[in-house]
Amino acid sequence: MAEVMINASAVTRDFSISRGMFRGKQRLQAVNGVDLTVTRGEVLALVGESGCGKTTLAKILLGLLPQTSGSISLCGTPIGSVPRLDLSRMIQPIFQDPYSSLNPRKSIGSIIGLPMRVQGIEDQQTILRRVEETMELVGLPPRLLNAYPNQLSGGQRQRVAIARALVNRPQIVVCDEPTSALDVSVQSQILNLLNDLRTELNLTYIIISHNLAVVEHIASRVAVMYLGRIVEQAETTAMFRNPQHPYTRALLDSVLTPDPRLGVPNTQLGASYPNPIDPPSGCAFHPRCANAMPHCAQTAPGGTAHNDAYVECHLYSDAGVAKAG
Amino acid sequence: MGNRVLSVRNLSVDIPLADGVLHAVDDVNLHVDRGETLCIVGESGCGKSLTSLALMDLLPKKAIRTIGRLDLNEASILDYSERQMSDVRGNRMGMIFQEPMTSLNPAFTIGNQMVETLRRHRDISKSDARDLAKQMLEKVGITAAEQRLTQYPHQLSGGLRQRVMIAMTLLCEPELIIADEPTTALDVTIQAQILLLLRELQHEYDMGLILITHDLGVVARIATRVAVMYAGQIVEQGTVEQIFENPMHPYTRGLMRCIPVPGKTRPGEPLGSIPGMVPSLIGSFTGCRFADRCDLVKEACRKSDVALRDVAGKTQAYRCVIDPQAMTKVA
Ligand SMILES: Nc1ncnc2c1ncn2[C@@H]1O[C@H](COP(=O)(O)OP(=O)(O)OP(=O)(O)O)[C@@H](O)[C@H]1O
Ligand SMILES: Nc1ncnc2c1ncn2[C@@H]1O[C@H](COP(=O)(O)OP(=O)(O)OP(=O)(O)O)[C@@H](O)[C@H]1O
Ligand SMILES: [Mg+2]
Ligand SMILES: [Mg+2]
Repeated sequence: MAEVMINASAVTRDFSISRGMFRGKQRLQAVNGVDLTVTRGEVLALVGESGCGKTTLAKILLGLLPQTSGSISLCGTPIGSVPRLDLSRMIQPIFQDPYSSLNPRKSIGSIIGLPMRVQGIEDQQTILRRVEETMELVGLPPRLLNAYPNQLSGGQRQRVAIARALVNRPQIVVCDEPTSALDVSVQSQILNLLNDLRTELNLTYIIISHNLAVVEHIASRVAVMYLGRIVEQAETTAMFRNPQHPYTRALLDSVLTPDPRLGVPNTQLGASYPNPIDPPSGCAFHPRCANAMPHCAQTAPGGTAHNDAYVECHLYSDAGVAKAG
Repeated sequence: MGNRVLSVRNLSVDIPLADGVLHAVDDVNLHVDRGETLCIVGESGCGKSLTSLALMDLLPKKAIRTIGRLDLNEASILDYSERQMSDVRGNRMGMIFQEPMTSLNPAFTIGNQMVETLRRHRDISKSDARDLAKQMLEKVGITAAEQRLTQYPHQLSGGLRQRVMIAMTLLCEPELIIADEPTTALDVTIQAQILLLLRELQHEYDMGLILITHDLGVVARIATRVAVMYAGQIVEQGTVEQIFENPMHPYTRGLMRCIPVPGKTRPGEPLGSIPGMVPSLIGSFTGCRFADRCDLVKEACRKSDVALRDVAGKTQAYRCVIDPQAMTKVA
C-alpha cells in the first residue's frame, strides 16, 4: 500500500466580496468540496481555467490559508495540529514568478539559507554546507553564492527558488506555474531538474500549470478543476488518451502543438465565463457544455469512479446514462 | 494603397547602464504586410519587447534608439513630432501588452476608458462613442456588454480583461497591431479563443499583426512569418513552414528540440535543452553571439560578426557561418 502524503476531504474555501459601499458582502466559493489523495512519489497536476481555484487550494494545502470547512492531513497528521515550523519541513511551495519572489537586496546564499535560520538553525557552518549542497543539487554554480538576484538569468532565479524550497528537505513540493515565466529552453532545463530531484530525494509533487504538454511530461496523475471543484481525475496517460468530462475534452482540444499545418482550434466553449459569485445551477459547466442534457441545469452530478479514475458528469452517472439512453 | 503596413530598417536600441552601454537590440530589419502575422520569438531578455516599444516610440527614457527607416503604409514616420506619433499610436498602430492591468486604468470604468480613447482621436459625441464601445465589446465576444461598460478592470477575470484590451485597441481600426505575450497568463481554452479572435479581426480589418511570444505552439498555429531573436539580433527568419520544418540556425534547432509535445515525449524522459547562458551585451562584442552554447562552434565563429545569409531559392535567412551540410549531419 502506497504511503498517503496528502489527504484532503470536502475542503471548501469562501471569500467574501464587497459589492461596493453600503451594499453588503457576497460569498465567493473559490474551492468547493475538494477530495484529494496523493501518495508518496506521485506527481499530481492541477489544471483548469484561470480563476477556478487552483492557487487557493494550493495555499490551503501549504497551510498559508485556512479552509472554511473540510479537513486536511499531511503524512497522516491533521494539518491544524502540526506546528508551523514542522509544517514547513513537510511541504514547501515554489511560486510562479522567479523575478518578483526573490528579495533583491539579499545574496543568493542568504536567500537559500533563510528557511534554515527560520527553523532555528544557527550554526553558520551547517547552514553554509547545506546551502552549497543544495545549490549543487539544483545546478547552481558555487560562484553565485554571493551574487544578487538581478545578476541571474530567469532560469537561474527559478533554480534559486527551487533550492530555497528544498533546503530543509521537505517531503512535498507544491509548484504553482513553475515555468510559465520562462522560455522553452529554460523551461525544459527546469522540468528535467524537477524530475531528477523527485527520484533523488523521493519527493511528492503537486504541480499547477496551464501548459498541458508540461503536465503530460511530468505528472503521474491529473486533476481537472472547474469552478472550485475537481471534475475529473485520472492517471496521466489515461487522461490524455481518453478524457471523459466535456470540459477536459475542450481543454485538451485547445492544446497548440507546434504544427504549422494546423490552425487554432475552436472549442465552442464560448465567452460566457461563469460568474463565481453566482454560479450556474445544477452542473456548473452546463451553460458551456456541448453535451448538456435538460437535467444538467437542475441537479449537480455526483461522482462516478471506475478503476483509478473519477469524473463528475451526468453523462457517466446512472441517472444520466438512463435519461440519455 | 500598398500592401506593406510596416517596414523598419537598421533598428538598434542602446541602454546606458552603470557598468557600460547595453546593446539590447542590434540592427534589426523587419516588415509586415496587410493580413500577415509576424511572430517574434526568442529567449527571455533577447530584446523582443524593446524592439516593439521602439517601433511605437515608447522606449524607456534612458534608452537610445537609432533607426535607418521606419515606414508606416509606405510613408516614413521617422520625423514625426511627439504629437503626430501619439496620434499614430492611438489611430494607426495599436499595442496589446502582456498584463492588461498595466494598461487599463484601475480608477475608471471600462466604458469611461473606451469613450475617452475614441474621443481623443476622433470627433465623435459621447453617446455615439459609447455605442461604438458597446459594439466593439460584443465583437470581441463579451456578453452583457452594457453592464461590462460600467465595471472596473479589477471586477473582470484575466481573460475578459485581455478581451477588453483588444476591443480598446481595435476601436480606432489600426493598420497594425503589436501584441506582446497577449496570452501568456491565460489558460489554454481562453488562449485559443483570443487567438481566434485576433485572427478573425485581422482578416476583417485587413490588419498587419506582430505577435511576440515564447510559446512555439502559438507561433506554429498563427504565424505567417517568424523572426527568431537571440541576444539582440535576428538570427533567423522565414515563413512559418520554413522555420518549423527546416530550421537552419543552431539556436532555432535547439528551440525546436525543447518543445514538449503531448504524445511525443514520454513521462520521465528528459526534454531537449540548450545548456549555457546568453552572453553579456554590455560593451562591444565580436563574433557569433550563440558561439558559447553551440555544438558546432569553430574558430571562424568568434573571429568576426556574422551576417544573415539567404537559404538558396527561399525567403529564409539565418546568421551562421557553418556549412549547412555539416549541420544536417548533426541534427
Ligand atoms: N483573497 C481573495 N479575495 C477574494 N477573492 C479571491 C481571493 N483570492 C482568490 N479569489 C477568487 O477565488 C477564485 C479562485 O482564485 P485562484 O487564484 O485560486 O484561481 P487560479 O485557479 O489559481 O487561477 P489562475 O490560473 O488565473 O492563477 C477567483 O474567482 C478569484 O477571483
Ligand atoms: N529599462 C531598462 N533598463 C535597463 N535594461 C533594460 C531595460 N529594459 C530592458 N532592459 C534589458 O534589455 C534587454 C532586452 O529586454 P526586453 O525586455 O526587450 O527582452 P524580451 O526579449 O522582451 O524578454 P522577455 O521574454 O523576458 O519579455 C534585457 O537584457 C533587459 O534586461
Ligand atoms: Mg493561480
Ligand atoms: Mg518582453
